[in-house]
Amino acid sequence: MLFTTYEFMGFMAVLFLAYYLVPKKCQWPLLLAASYLFYFCAGADYLIYIMVTTLTVYFAARMMEKNADKQAAYLKEHKAELSKEEKKAYKETQKRVRLRWLISCLLLNLGVLAVVKYTNFFISNVNGILNSLGSGKQISFLTLALPMGISFYTFQAVGYLIDVYRGTVPAEKNPFRFALFVAFFPQLIQGPISRFGDLSKTLYEKHRFEAKTLCLGLQRVLWGYFKKMVVADRILAGVRTIVGDVGAYEGAYVLVGMLFYTVELYADFTGGIDITIGIAQALGIRVEENFNLPYFSKSLKEYWRRWHISMCSWFRDYIFYPVSISRPMQRFTKFSKKRFGEKVGRRLPMYLSSFTVWLATGVWHGASWNFIVWGLGNWAILMASEELEPLYEKFHDRFGARGRLYGLFQMFRTFLLVCCLNLFDCYSSLGDTFRAFGSVFTAGNWNVLWDGSLMELGLTMLDYWILAGGTVLMLCVSLLHRTGSVREKIGRRVYPLRFAIWYGLFLAVLLMGAYGIGYDASQFIYNQF
Amino acid sequence: MEDLLEILNDLHPEVDFEVEEHLIDDGILDSLDIVNLISEISEVFDVSITAKDIIPENFNSAKALYSLIQDLDEE
Amino acid sequence: MKQNGKARALIKFAVSAAVALGGLFLLQRLLVPKYVDGIVEGAFIAEYYGEKKDFDVIFVGDCEVYENFSPIVLWQEYGINSYIRGSAEQYIWQSYYVLEDTLRYETPKAAIFNIQSLQFDKSQNEAYNRMTLEGMRWSPSKVNAILASMKPEEQFLDYVFPILRYHSRWSELTASDIRYMFDTKRVSHNGYYMRVDVRPAENVPTGRILGDYSFGENAWKYLDMMRELCEEKGVKLILIKAPSLYPYWYPEWEEQVEEYAQKYGLPYINFLELTEETGIDYSTDTYDAGLHMNLSGAEKLARYMGRFLREEIGLLDRRGETELQEIWKSKIEAYEAEREAQYVKYGMKEENGQ
Repeated sequence: MLFTTYEFMGFMAVLFLAYYLVPKKCQWPLLLAASYLFYFCAGADYLIYIMVTTLTVYFAARMMEKNADKQAAYLKEHKAELSKEEKKAYKETQKRVRLRWLISCLLLNLGVLAVVKYTNFFISNVNGILNSLGSGKQISFLTLALPMGISFYTFQAVGYLIDVYRGTVPAEKNPFRFALFVAFFPQLIQGPISRFGDLSKTLYEKHRFEAKTLCLGLQRVLWGYFKKMVVADRILAGVRTIVGDVGAYEGAYVLVGMLFYTVELYADFTGGIDITIGIAQALGIRVEENFNLPYFSKSLKEYWRRWHISMCSWFRDYIFYPVSISRPMQRFTKFSKKRFGEKVGRRLPMYLSSFTVWLATGVWHGASWNFIVWGLGNWAILMASEELEPLYEKFHDRFGARGRLYGLFQMFRTFLLVCCLNLFDCYSSLGDTFRAFGSVFTAGNWNVLWDGSLMELGLTMLDYWILAGGTVLMLCVSLLHRTGSVREKIGRRVYPLRFAIWYGLFLAVLLMGAYGIGYDASQFIYNQF
Repeated sequence: MEDLLEILNDLHPEVDFEVEEHLIDDGILDSLDIVNLISEISEVFDVSITAKDIIPENFNSAKALYSLIQDLDEE
Repeated sequence: MKQNGKARALIKFAVSAAVALGGLFLLQRLLVPKYVDGIVEGAFIAEYYGEKKDFDVIFVGDCEVYENFSPIVLWQEYGINSYIRGSAEQYIWQSYYVLEDTLRYETPKAAIFNIQSLQFDKSQNEAYNRMTLEGMRWSPSKVNAILASMKPEEQFLDYVFPILRYHSRWSELTASDIRYMFDTKRVSHNGYYMRVDVRPAENVPTGRILGDYSFGENAWKYLDMMRELCEEKGVKLILIKAPSLYPYWYPEWEEQVEEYAQKYGLPYINFLELTEETGIDYSTDTYDAGLHMNLSGAEKLARYMGRFLREEIGLLDRRGETELQEIWKSKIEAYEAEREAQYVKYGMKEENGQ
């Protein structure tokens, strides 16, 4: 059940109705039932995976909390008789018990994720090695279904587990409530990866029907559908044509494809998240924002603070920080400072830990070398700009390049950089990616940009007009959004105008959406991650 | 407190840490700065800040950070 | 005060809903294909509902019925009141449900079904599905027809709200889409599609060899259902094969139909074998080299069919009924007017007589 199917819309309509009609205390159980129904529709076999994750993480978290309670009670009881050292030693042993729960549960869940997602990637690499060694032996691929959204809900559950271990959130006592946190359906397909501390604030509350909340939520859903159906699904044809045949579409085409893909990814992913957050809002639930106008970023570093925020902060909080302030890393810092001096020595460990993070980010995005290189590419650029920072500063001071125009240039530069990095995401293999990128400099076929060849990509003149209109609209909305919610701004207008705007947007989706016969309802790009 | 301000000023000489209250929310300190900060602090104050302490409330101002250090020291 | 506010809110809501739904309705009317010029076949099925439903004979089938028999000749020469319910590539399950739909309004004496569509076991083309199904009025028959016809990529909802199917047609709207938003124009003569031009049949290709000549289970199922429906309602079912030279009619297919007709005692007329009796001349009686009859061919076939219906089925001459006379008078006028217009259009006659 994709967001853009009639089934999903029917499902939503029934759910909204039921949600505000049932007794308030039944609202979250209804959501749980709906989420499992949603997941069941995606594939009955998948249910077992999500249930295993739910149960194991629930149980491990409970055990860790019980242990922490026991520790607190013990310390309180023996407050007087224990020395500081004894207390510390006791704490350490108890902490080790909790750590054991944490690690075994992490290994199990990340292990499942690794097996279903990466086994075939691993096999293909082993086969490649066997081949190059001249061995005729080949391992056959496993046919494992990749459960929908497994990367998202696994990360969400694991984040919760670590939070409980750290003591930042209490363990959920009701397994069904926890099951809803893991399986909350609007975010199952493509995130965002919510934190228990955030989502649980509103997820289990009783929600009274409020027309305004419902409207605001549905307006956001509608805007999401506009981005997804009018822009993303329409431009997809062009992306597929160009990316599908590296030999035929080289040089200037690669740049066009790169631009198309960037527009598609943005419209598809942010549109999908708009739908997710909008649905949640219409249900009275607050899901944290996942984007903050990413293409207004002036550097790649800033971009990664504004794009796919929930994933980036996940990697930061659960991998980057723990790794970089871990004891071995601290020791390494001391060592490298001694060895390479204060300045370099301080950076080396940092680069090492961010390397780990970007490697993990790449691997998380997909089981292929493309994503690994993509992740490391991001890392390399981020580290290089970190190193060159003083140089930039000097340059800026010297030439006074600090005005608005220069800001625009920085945005454009960052946008181009992101476009280039996205190439790894477009093409199916590293060879193709490099070949395509290289051809930009060698093919010299710039004439295809104006000789009508762009009309042969599966997009008509009309498609281009609609895409241009849609993109301009997205840009305008983003510009307006800088000074606050666009929906609230519209909400302050007179009723007929408000009505005309939202009805117009609805008609735009209805009439210009790429759906139905003749259009493949493409899967959300982030679905498989 | 003096030592802490020195460490902070070392990282970002252009920021006035005695008044700034939104170091994280305004993006003045990024994740690399925080890691740098933690490794400096652990050396100077001999406390170990763990990942669970890295929340905006603890890092938004020099004052907050200092009270975190004191709390950890007491444990 | 409070009540007043509530009432105002309610009115606001009602007006907004009315505007929104009204807008959608108008858009839907604008966007659906009108089938009044160019491809007119899509309009045939719906035209039936405007008739006085008192027919002696109902034809069901695909182009092999609606291009090959002239109901005007059947009336003029035999006094047989007939109607063709056929549409482009109408599949057998559609013919069945169209017949079922017709029998909700009236019970003719005979139903004539062209068995060409037995060769398809499932729908081949969404556009053809649309042309037949959209014309049907809503009824259980229509629902079942849709369910039986949908290809995997089709959605039932698209039939309920055609705007979902035709949402992108706004870029190809023509003046007729506005002119016929709420209006229709008669495009057939009791379901008959007239063409007067001639393109002789030459070098008719023989069919390529098939792996399997037996008709599919699903196709047979609907033929059985059609037979049972007619038995139940007391309608005489007559099977025919129109004299179209291609798509090629294989002897293996012929055998199966003959066997079936014999088994259930159904009359079966294969016009391919009756060129002498009907007088069909493939050099003058077809407008597309043997696929379909032109007016001359359709009138010849109607004559043969009229004789058969009178002699074998015993249909009576109803030319004496004044009400029918009235109805047919205007129909004959329209028929002749279009014939003349087409003669001019195809350059077969000068504008002011010959």
